[in-house]
Amino acid sequence: MKNNFSLGFIILGLCALIFGALIGLLSSIVYIYPDFLKNIIPFNQLRPLHTTTVVSWIILTATGGLYFYISKIEKIKLFSENLGKLHLVIFILTGIGILYSLFSGKMGGREYLEFFPLLTIPVLLGWLLFGLNYFLTMTNKVKNWPVYYWMWGTGLVFMVYHLSEAHFWIFNEIRSDYIKDLTIQWKSYGSFVGSWNLLVYGTVIYLMSKIKGDDSIGRGKISFFFYFLGLTNLMFGWAHHTYIIPTQPWIRYLAYAVSMTEWIIFIHIVYNWSKSLSKEKKKLNILTYKFIIASEIWVFLNLTLALFMSIPTFNYFMHGTHITVGHSMGTTIGINTTILFASVTYIISKLTKNNPLENNKFVKSGFYVFNISLLLFWLVLIIGGIYKAIWMTNSANTSFSNLQDSSNMIYIIFIISGSILFLSLLMLTIPMLKKLIFFMFKKGNNTDSLMI
Amino acid sequence: MKNKTGNRITISTLIILFIGYNYNLYVKNTSVSSKTSLSHSALKGQKIWQTNNCTACHQLYGLGGYLGPDLTNIASNPNKGIEYAKSFFNSGIKSMPKFNFSENEKNDLAIFLNEVDQTGFYPNKNAEFNYTGWVDIKYK
Repeated sequence: MKNNFSLGFIILGLCALIFGALIGLLSSIVYIYPDFLKNIIPFNQLRPLHTTTVVSWIILTATGGLYFYISKIEKIKLFSENLGKLHLVIFILTGIGILYSLFSGKMGGREYLEFFPLLTIPVLLGWLLFGLNYFLTMTNKVKNWPVYYWMWGTGLVFMVYHLSEAHFWIFNEIRSDYIKDLTIQWKSYGSFVGSWNLLVYGTVIYLMSKIKGDDSIGRGKISFFFYFLGLTNLMFGWAHHTYIIPTQPWIRYLAYAVSMTEWIIFIHIVYNWSKSLSKEKKKLNILTYKFIIASEIWVFLNLTLALFMSIPTFNYFMHGTHITVGHSMGTTIGINTTILFASVTYIISKLTKNNPLENNKFVKSGFYVFNISLLLFWLVLIIGGIYKAIWMTNSANTSFSNLQDSSNMIYIIFIISGSILFLSLLMLTIPMLKKLIFFMFKKGNNTDSLMI
Repeated sequence: MKNKTGNRITISTLIILFIGYNYNLYVKNTSVSSKTSLSHSALKGQKIWQTNNCTACHQLYGLGGYLGPDLTNIASNPNKGIEYAKSFFNSGIKSMPKFNFSENEKNDLAIFLNEVDQTGFYPNKNAEFNYTGWVDIKYK
């Protein structure tokens, strides 16, 4: 594994994605056949297996990308290669522990962090080592940081902070105050997602500056303005998750006000598109660039949804429905996964002479199948959410069981689109995995000799 | 150099505001409901709720899974009530696993749901909508 540990993170991430997507697909079948897998692994274990592994995909692949870009592309000598390798080993062992915890049903039971709570300690340790390595590498060697270095650095710090915050419930003073506990729990989740988004969005800005060969992308005043706007939303804009909880109104007022600043991002995206679309067409034949453009479309769609969810009146009807699932699927798959695919294809293009993925027929068609099936998947969740919202406003008339039974057609389309989406993920990830594994374990090979 | 200083000032200001904000959330009173503190039995019930990952299927305040019903106000629901909810705990109905809760565990879980119910409403059916987009929710 000479100098190739960054690829180890990405390979692990891709495996987590395939496994997580498969579990997600199996979980969706339970909506139609409630007894499906019930006696082997019930839904209360399936769902956390799905959510934990897909979140791991995002974090592991973003992490591997960061290590790779800094040490292999930017040629900045890491403070310690061994710390990076130790980080990988800790995450592999913790991953095994988490899988054991979820398969065996020894859970902590906080949504999205259902694994046994003590396993958070090695996760935090891994990130602390990563943070230490990052800041000790970058602070003295790089002057005048571009925005993506700031994003990666602050993303790391806030990930450590908010994952710790998500465990404040272990203190009796917090746990015994139910509303405070719920508020802090969802505050930490909202901000934790914002933190990993800093890693992922930092990656896309980095890739854009590399593909366009324009370093100013990461250095302009506008880039820093949007970075600080995103950071402000990460810190104070999470409360749209909890508008409906009886918290002090100032918490919700502040979140409403801060969330509305996202309109600036929205307008900026639309303005930029109209300006640059014709100029950039020629780059569309580059696979990495294709993924980046797809991610921009997904940002637009999900930001539109997020803006509505941040307005309390709309939130009132959308909260607790499948629209929120649509939003989380749209952001984690549409935005995060698409950007990370851009990152992986870029890394592979740097490892090989003639980027083999550009002409791979599975990858080429997989790209379109992925986006189309995801759009259908996303839309059906929104339709399911609207259906549930209507039911909720009239719920005195029918039972929840009736709602589920009458939603059968929605769930069938959900499963079909999910199956195609899973298939497209295989079409994209298997060729990527094959290339990365080949390069990682090829005898005498190391990533110091890139084909740049 | 000017930009660098500006960035540092901005990030320092944000961090100071963040510390003050968190202090208020963690230490001061966060809730407006009359009942927020969970009893010893309710905390035991909450532990059962967590270790069996009930949130994978059920929601409280609309937060949680989508396979089962929201249970925020199950205890005060005139058509259901806590005894109705209790009858499901070990039933293994539909996709629900067949739990083997003892009578004490079932009671603790019921007390937890009962005390959650006392903290507020979900859905907040008597909420008032404002032209600014704001919603005034009703408190218990």
